[in-house]
This record gives sequence, structure tokens and C-alpha cells, in this order.
Amino acid sequence: MSGSLAPADEAGIAAAVLAAAAAGEPLAIEGNGSKAGLLRPVQAARGLSTRGLTGITLYKPAELVLSARAGTPIPQIEAALAEHGQHLIAEPPDTRAVFGSDLPATLGGIVATNLSGPRRIAWGSMRDHVLGVRFVNGQGEVLRSGGRVLKNVTGLDLCKLLAGSHGTLGIMTEITLKVLPAPEASATVAVPVADLAEGVRVLSAGLGSPFGVSGAAVLPEGYEALRGPVALLRIEDFIPSVAYRCGRLAAEFPGAILIEEAASRALWRAIRDLGPLGAAPGEAIWRLSARPSAGAGLAACLGGRALLDWGGGLVWLAAEASEANHRRVMAAAEAASASFTLFRAPDALRAAVPVINAEAAPLAAIAARIKAALDPGLLFNPGRMRAGG
Amino acid sequence: MIRQPDPKPEVLARAPEIVAALRAIVPDGPLGHGVISDARRLKPYETDGLAAYRQPPLAVVLPTTTEQVAALLAYCNRMGVRVVPRGAGTSLSGGALPLADAVVIGMMRMNQILEIDYADRFAVVQAGVTNIGITKAVEAAGFFYAPDPSSQLACMIGGNVMMNSGGAHCLKYGVTANNLLGLTFVSIEGEVIKIGGDHPDAAGLDWLGLITGSEGQLGLVTEVTVRILRGPEGARAMLAAFDGNEVAGQAVDAIIGSGIIPVALEFMDRPAIHACEAFAHAGYPLDAEAMLIIEVEGSVAEQDDMLARIRDICAQFNPISMKVAESAEQSAAIWKGRKGAFGAVGRISPDYLCMDGTIPTSQLPFTLRRIGEMSADYGLQVANIFHAGDGNLHPLIMFDANDADSFVRAEKFGADILRLCVEVGGCLTGEHGVGVEKRDLMGVQFTARELDQQRALKTAFDPQWLLNPSKVFPLDGLPASASMPMAAE
Repeated sequence: MSGSLAPADEAGIAAAVLAAAAAGEPLAIEGNGSKAGLLRPVQAARGLSTRGLTGITLYKPAELVLSARAGTPIPQIEAALAEHGQHLIAEPPDTRAVFGSDLPATLGGIVATNLSGPRRIAWGSMRDHVLGVRFVNGQGEVLRSGGRVLKNVTGLDLCKLLAGSHGTLGIMTEITLKVLPAPEASATVAVPVADLAEGVRVLSAGLGSPFGVSGAAVLPEGYEALRGPVALLRIEDFIPSVAYRCGRLAAEFPGAILIEEAASRALWRAIRDLGPLGAAPGEAIWRLSARPSAGAGLAACLGGRALLDWGGGLVWLAAEASEANHRRVMAAAEAASASFTLFRAPDALRAAVPVINAEAAPLAAIAARIKAALDPGLLFNPGRMRAGG
Repeated sequence: MIRQPDPKPEVLARAPEIVAALRAIVPDGPLGHGVISDARRLKPYETDGLAAYRQPPLAVVLPTTTEQVAALLAYCNRMGVRVVPRGAGTSLSGGALPLADAVVIGMMRMNQILEIDYADRFAVVQAGVTNIGITKAVEAAGFFYAPDPSSQLACMIGGNVMMNSGGAHCLKYGVTANNLLGLTFVSIEGEVIKIGGDHPDAAGLDWLGLITGSEGQLGLVTEVTVRILRGPEGARAMLAAFDGNEVAGQAVDAIIGSGIIPVALEFMDRPAIHACEAFAHAGYPLDAEAMLIIEVEGSVAEQDDMLARIRDICAQFNPISMKVAESAEQSAAIWKGRKGAFGAVGRISPDYLCMDGTIPTSQLPFTLRRIGEMSADYGLQVANIFHAGDGNLHPLIMFDANDADSFVRAEKFGADILRLCVEVGGCLTGEHGVGVEKRDLMGVQFTARELDQQRALKTAFDPQWLLNPSKVFPLDGLPASASMPMAAE
């Protein structure tokens, strides 16, 4: 890339897009670039960053609504919410350690990648809480979708289309989120299990209980004094409810121990950020989403390290970054009707292989027309999600 | 009155040939006629929940398989025939209103539950299964399907997907879009496409999110994979009555501000309280200006704890009265009035329009004051029911359908309320959809270019604009490919 632009405002982003359109030069769209290693390397002459667009523009705690410019760092938003006892519902991960980035993720980057943490299983994904966006399309037009109210079905939902589109359809400049009160207490019931499959059965029993489990993961290699795989069920609520519900859950599982408050919070932050996966610096990381009962089987497909979240349905794998390993993951995903993402890998590997599932041909045709409708000059993040797309 | 596009003369001229082709795709079977085309039998399909508008279609087809739906759409696409999808026909925005040259594809015969998996917590159902039918199928195991629109006894999951339906309990559990995992989607070309799966957050573009709430503009849905949830140990409701809308609104803010998210938080104004009480004898306080119904979940002890916290909060706003249900029966009595609200209003007024806008909750007192002023100006009564936690307002405007002027005033009044919703920072529709009802107001919320962008997305799915045309988008400004000429007014 011959340089990266970081305009200070939305008009600057629009102007940069118009200039790129006039020059016919594609753009690598990013926030802080903290997840530049995700999916495929972008083939673009220049970078265009939203990191200059910062600041919370609206926050109404009683209305559960927060708007911020796309370049606002996530920690700044979390801090503002914490002042009012609220939090980001989807618990998005801090991927600095995974991608070796010094800079934190921006709001735009987290929404564009639709990354959600453990709470997703109970409370929904990042995209579920996007109420409205302002964005710049490939013709340099500033457009809006959604709004700043919690319920809104007016017109086609471009918010969801843009969330998870990895900057390939439009550049979000401002995002409005639904937020919620942060729970008063957090605690975790930890259950030693024989293997991952038994762990998933424990998670399934926990999620099938009436106690409102808000995190359900299997640690592959123990927790403190507990050896071997450990199934974890988190309860977040008011203090009396957490005590009562954890007690009821623990009674269901022999050998269960309780992990309380600070330790519980730290544990789930670590799971959110893939700490327990223990991926070595040079290893590749895969992310699979499947029906939970397929999780243990998928976790074994490489014989390497695995971390199960979302009741067993979110499978993280770490192993040698080789095309052979990737083909194994793809085959296992295919067999289990799972969704796969090559989450982290050296550039050479992620440029050489499909990093996400192929789209059925009729859907790919619609996708090409959608791309043409939003980004007719094919300027935004070429090659990010799929080769040639 | 809402204008509709002219029928395509070339389609009307070929009606017998089209009906014969449809019959070849969906023959008569044990469930009855596959295709309906005689005027008498078309009658039930000429309108939906927006009963002020009626138009018999060219024909109604009642497929029983995804393959038939695919063949129907491929045929209509080839012949340039417009298609109007229909579930139970409960849309309050006219989402299923036919056109004279359109084929209505009714999904009610695709009403099978295909798979239930409690361990992985999902169910696969056909589009014509009713909303309540999903919960009924899983409740013996303690599970439920969360979104609960008021029409849930009748409305079908396919229609819920197309309108992204909500309900009283979506403050905690989210709307339809938040409770879906996958779809079987049929494009206008007749391609059967699996969207998502039995797991969340498939990699790639969020087709599930784009299709949900698309009001039949992008394609048809024949099967739906929904998330099913284990229900709580129990739930209980309380009433709090106040002597003004303002203080009731402040109580709502204080409850949310305290960190409590009740599973439901409903607001009724004085006319709504009186209408519902006369109908349901639920023991509502007739001296109140505003009333909240607040429901919490959990064990009995948890319910007690939460209701005590909420009672303490409400006590700070000089309530006229508060009543905490002591049992499930008392809870049901509290809900009976609210759930019967539409019927209750129907008893005091021959006809009503049920509006559906969303506002920032802080704007409630101002919005209700303005609605009260408009009510006086238009000479029409209005009762307001409000999903207070999420700002979704349902004014019920009472009118007399036998008095043409009364209906015209009611429509104008409704449009003014929705403009007001947008003005104070809200939107035109929270859960009923745009349909034909709010189509011509879209320019109040969106710029011309924003509408063009949305239209371009529709065109990407439906290049000829055959799918549920004349809904959602104002007729002025349609792309030339939509081929929707209109006679001058």
C-alpha cells in the first residue's frame, strides 16, 4: 500500500471514496487495523481508516442507547458505559494478543467483523444490538439505516448487512447500539469432565436449565486445581439470584466447584480473548460455528488444541499453519454442516485458500449484485472475504 | 387512500392460461384445491389485518412443498407475474394485500414441525406453522419460542420472519431476527437456498439479517430454524398506577436505570385502561392517568426480590396504587386486560386503526401530549398502548368505517402520529412493518438516496420487481425495471 488516509470526519471519508472512485483505485478499509490479520489480505493501493472519527455522540442510559463514531476505541466505550453501570451486551473480544496489535479495536471494526464473546449464546451477537448506522457507500454518498430506538423494522435492514461484511459493502462512520445494565454479580460453576463430549453435554444441561446461563464453555486443560477438561457455566445477575442459581446448578453436577466474582470475571475475559486456547505465535487459529453436539467432534479434527464456547457450538482450534490442516478443517466443517473461518494465519496461507465457506451459486450471484448496488466500483476491501470478491 | 399500481394488461389477458399453469404445479390434493381462482373463494384472501383495503388477486396458490414454491416462483418470474406472499393474513400494515394481477402464494398448508432438538436448542418448522404452534410443540419439555406478537395464536412464523415481528416480551428476549438460526429461502428465479443453519453467526454476509423483516421483497421463506429457549422457573406481574403520563414515564426510566430489565414493561394510558377494564374486568385502576404492567421471572424468591425492588422504585413517583400478583392466576388476570386490548377497543368503537411507531422513551410524555392535541383536532378518540421498555407505541385510533370522512381523518391522524415519532427521534414502525400502510411516509424517515439504495438491494434479488410490489417503497421513484405504470389520479 502506498499510504493510509485517516480523515478527521465523515465528509473526509466520503471525499476519499470519491477520489478513489475517480482514480479507480481500491481501498483497504480499516479502523485501527487491529484485525488486519483476519480473513484474506486485501489487495488495495491505499488504506482508508476511520480511526480519525472518534467520540461518543449520544448516550442515554435510561433508553439503553449509545451512539459513537466508528473510530472510537472499544475500551473508551466500555469505560463510558461502566460509569453508568452498563456494558456492551455481546462482550466483544479484545483481539490484541491474538493478532499482536498494539492498538485496541474500534467500534466500527468490531461491528464490521461481527465478533461476539461468550455472552452471545444467551444475549445475542454484536450485530443483534446494532440499532442504526451511518455509512459511506462506494459512490461517496453518506446514507443511514436503522435509527436510535430499540425496535425498528422500517425498510430493509442494512445495519445487519453491513455488520459482518468486513468493510466490503460500505464504510460505517457512526454506529448506534443497544446496551444493557451490567450484572451486579458474576459467578461460574466449574465441572470437571472426562472429555470434551461430556463437557458439551454438561453445557447442554446447563443451557437447558431454567437458570439463565450466560456463558457456557469447555476449557481443554483444566482450571487451577482442576485437571483435565472443565465445563463452565456462568450466571450473571443480581447477587441473590447468582447465589441461588449457581447453587441449583452445582447441585446437578457431582464434583462441581464455584468460581466467584473477580475470578469468574477474569476467567470469562480470558475465554473471550482466546487465552485458554494457548495458540503459539506461529500457529494458525480457526473458528467454527456448528450445532453444539457437533462441537467435540470438530474440536478433534486436527488433533491440536481446542477451546469450546457457546455451549460447544463455537469451536476454536490452534495448530500448525498449513494448507493440509486447513483442508482438514474445511472437510470437518463440511461434514458437520458447520461454518468455518480461518481466523489467523500467515499471509501466504490465507491468500491461498478459501478462508470462509463457499456461497451457493445462486446466492453468490445475488451477492455480486448486492456488491454492485453498494460499491459499484469494487473499491472496498477487494479480496477480503473471498478471492476476487 | 393508498394508490395501487395498475394491473399489467398482458397478465390479466392471459389469466386462464396462468391459472392452468399454476394448477399443473400445485394440483388439487387431499387438503383441497391447490389453486383458487373463482371470485367467491378468493374473497377471504382479498384483505389482511388492514381490513380497510381490499383487492381480490388473480389467483391464490396453496403449495405444500418447497419444490412447488420454487416452481411457482420460477414460472411467475418467467411470465412476469407479480407475487404476493401470505401467511395467516394478520398483517396490520397490509403486507399481504393482493394486487389484481398478482398470484397470492399462501403458506398455510406448509404447517409441519420438521425437527426439534432440545440438546442443541433449535427447531426446524415450515413457514405456515403458527407462532404459538412452536411454543406448544416444545413447552412440555419446558422450552418456548420467545417472540410473542399479539396475534400469536394465528400468525405464522414465515410472516413473523418477513415482518421481523416483536411482542410484549422482546425487551428481554429480542425480536424475531434475534431468535433465528437459518432459513430455507426461495429466490424469484426459483432457486432454493439454505441461509444460515442450525448454529448462529455463519461466516459470510448476514443474509439472515437482511431477509428478516424484508416484507416479502426479496424472496419467499418455506422453512425456518428457530432458537428455542428453556423457560424460567416462573414469572409474575405487578401493576402500578400513576396520576400522569409524565411520572409513569419517569418510573419506567428509574426501573431501567436501576439495572433491572423486566421481561415485559407495558404502559397504558387512561382511555386504554378504561377500554380494557370494561372488557376484561381485570381490576385496573379507573382513577389512573397511566398504568404500568411489569413482569419479572425466576424462582418465587427471585420474583419477590425483584418485585420488591420495583415497588420501591415506583413508590418514589407517587403512585395512586400498586398491585403485586400473589399467584400465577393473579398475573394472568393482570395480563388479560392488556392482551385483550385490541378486542376491548373494538367494543367501544366500530373500527380502529392500530398504529405502530417507536420513540425514544424519554419523549413519551411529549408524544402523548401531542397525540392528545391531535385527537381533539381530528375529533377522533385514541387509546395508547406502549411497550415502554423499548419505546414501541401503539396508538389505537377509533373511527367509523361507515363514515368515509371519519376514515380519511383517521388515516391522516395516524400519518401525523408517525411523522411525530420520526420528529422526536423515532421511526415509522417498530414491529408491524411498512406494508402499504406506511409506504408513502417512507420519505419522512429516509432521504431519496437512502430509499434508492434500499431499492437497489431489492433489485439485486428481484430484478423485475415481481415480489410483493407496491409495498414498502413509495411508488414514485421506482426503477424502470419495476415496470409499474400508474394511471393519473
